[in-house]
Amino acid sequence: MTLSASNISWSVGAASIVDDVSLEVREGEFLGLIGPNGSGKTSLMALLSGIRKPRSGEVILDGVPIGRMGRREVARHLALVEQQAETADRITARQAVELGRTPYLGPLSPWSANDDAVVEATLENVDMAHLAGRLWHTLSGGERQRLHIGRALAQKPKILLLDEPTNHLDIGHQIGLLDLVRRQGLTVVAALHDLNHAAMFCDRIAVMQAGRLVAVGRPFEVLTAERIRDVFGVEAAIEIDIEGGCHIRFQAQSGRGGRSVSMGDGTGKRFSRS
Amino acid sequence: MALVVLVAALWLGAAIGETSIPFGVVAKTVANRLWDAGYPLEPIDEGIVWSYRLSRAVVAACCGAALALSGVVLQSLLRNPLADPYILGISAGASTGAVSVAILGLGAGIMTLPMGAFFGALIAFALVSLLAVKAGRGTAAIILAGVAGSQLFNALTSFIVTKAATAEQARGIMFWLLGNLSGVRWPDAWLAIPAALAGLLVCLWHARSLDAFTFGAESAASLGISVRRTYLALVGISAMMTAVMVSIVGSIGFVGLVIPHAARMLVGIRHSVLLPVAALIGAVFMILADILSRVLIPGQVLPIGVITALVGAPAFAFVLGQRRGRG
Ligand SMILES: Nc1ncnc2c1ncn2[C@@H]1O[C@H](COP(=O)(O)OP(=O)(O)O)[C@@H](O)[C@H]1O
Ligand SMILES: [Mg+2]
Repeated sequence: MTLSASNISWSVGAASIVDDVSLEVREGEFLGLIGPNGSGKTSLMALLSGIRKPRSGEVILDGVPIGRMGRREVARHLALVEQQAETADRITARQAVELGRTPYLGPLSPWSANDDAVVEATLENVDMAHLAGRLWHTLSGGERQRLHIGRALAQKPKILLLDEPTNHLDIGHQIGLLDLVRRQGLTVVAALHDLNHAAMFCDRIAVMQAGRLVAVGRPFEVLTAERIRDVFGVEAAIEIDIEGGCHIRFQAQSGRGGRSVSMGDGTGKRFSRS
Repeated sequence: MALVVLVAALWLGAAIGETSIPFGVVAKTVANRLWDAGYPLEPIDEGIVWSYRLSRAVVAACCGAALALSGVVLQSLLRNPLADPYILGISAGASTGAVSVAILGLGAGIMTLPMGAFFGALIAFALVSLLAVKAGRGTAAIILAGVAGSQLFNALTSFIVTKAATAEQARGIMFWLLGNLSGVRWPDAWLAIPAALAGLLVCLWHARSLDAFTFGAESAASLGISVRRTYLALVGISAMMTAVMVSIVGSIGFVGLVIPHAARMLVGIRHSVLLPVAALIGAVFMILADILSRVLIPGQVLPIGVITALVGAPAFAFVLGQRRGRG
């Protein structure tokens, strides 16, 4: 199952938000999407998932323009976990995952034992089986995010799109979640804000800047000091280890003493890519 | 079980009133009318039960069910626990539409009262949605837009009534606007029953889609729901139900707002169960409210809207409090 975008653009009024982006997602890869806030990562995700239509250009899923496929059909192949998805409903953890079966259900195709089996397995998979009965608003951020991933996995997709899945999680949960995602062996596109995590987990990284895709490639090819300065406006030193893993040490802005401060979490070296 | 409760409520509605009529007589009347059972009964009793009270109870039930369904649908689609046809100005728009047809003779001959109400309801919802988007979407924006819309359409209705209606027409219409079941007869029921049933069926058909809106419209889209088609179908059916009920009994507040919350507390948030339960509670609640409106002040009939507001306003306050508690 392949996903690609050819020359897609999206704008609001006169403001161009995604500008002529072409991208080919390879089967089975973990593709990271990085870029500063407001660079258009979320918008690109919405376009890639087909929930928003590009002003021009096309997103192709398995050879077919995504706009010409039915929404249900798309949802069986591709799942999106949004950046912010909250609810005030009194929904249980299990019910949140059950929503993932929606593309397989309808007025004439009711809930079945198979759906139950998928939900059970998924709850185990994301390590939430022991909290299946808990209400949503009593769960922690990390638990909610695991359920969102669970809901996406219950769709049984081939491709997983994740928009900043580790936002608001502590470092242990961030690594745990990305590890969980990688274990699934699916094609993954994930917007990530921590460059060290991107370097650690991604097969390739795509860089967004002001709506344009400015680079795509292996982490060590893309994450250069010049590009980080250019795109994020921070100074960084890059270390590349023997296995090709790369670690980024950010430096405090000049004029503020110029001391070298590691803003990475210090875990980069221990989790070298396997 | 649901049917038993509903029948019991209808039975009560037919028996209780200014003059109480024994339950046995009610049962015999129904048997006479439906199956030609031929029980000997007082014609007056039989007339009151069949022509006045039963038709009235049936319409009340349909009205309660329809408003509760609309409330569930709007709250789920808009992700807003305070949404209902009354607050969003849909009822007010329907009133304006109905009054335009009844008094101004708009769409002369072709437009019936319910159709006028339907167009009024749709226009009101479109206007309120537009206003809400301009005001920045959020929960509060929709409600404020609804309040503004209600005020506008109520003012329009008053304007039309004052300008064009005769004094007698005006009095009748003002009473009707407050929500009133007094003039209801069987022909009204033959309109209300199909409207409520069609509403229930369409809503149930979309039960899974409504579930998928738990985390918002974008999340529903990513779960494979055609968001626009679902919106059109469900807002359309809510407007239809509201319009039919408003054209029969006027606009009645709080039922569409409060009943869905009561139903959710009882059976949870899955729409395949929630929708029928909300419809049932709405139906029974309205029958009981109608009985209360007839017996509360002896010799006087309160507009039913007064009863629903008396019960609904405190419940509304409770919902607001709950929301705060959950942050
Ligand atoms: N629906 C919208 N209407 C107007 N502006 C939008 C809309 N969606 C996104 N934007 C703007 O597009 C830019 C990119 O946003 P986004 O895709 O969320 O970036 P990122 O996810 O990289 O932070 C931002 O400037 C944002 O304000
Ligand atoms: Mg974003």
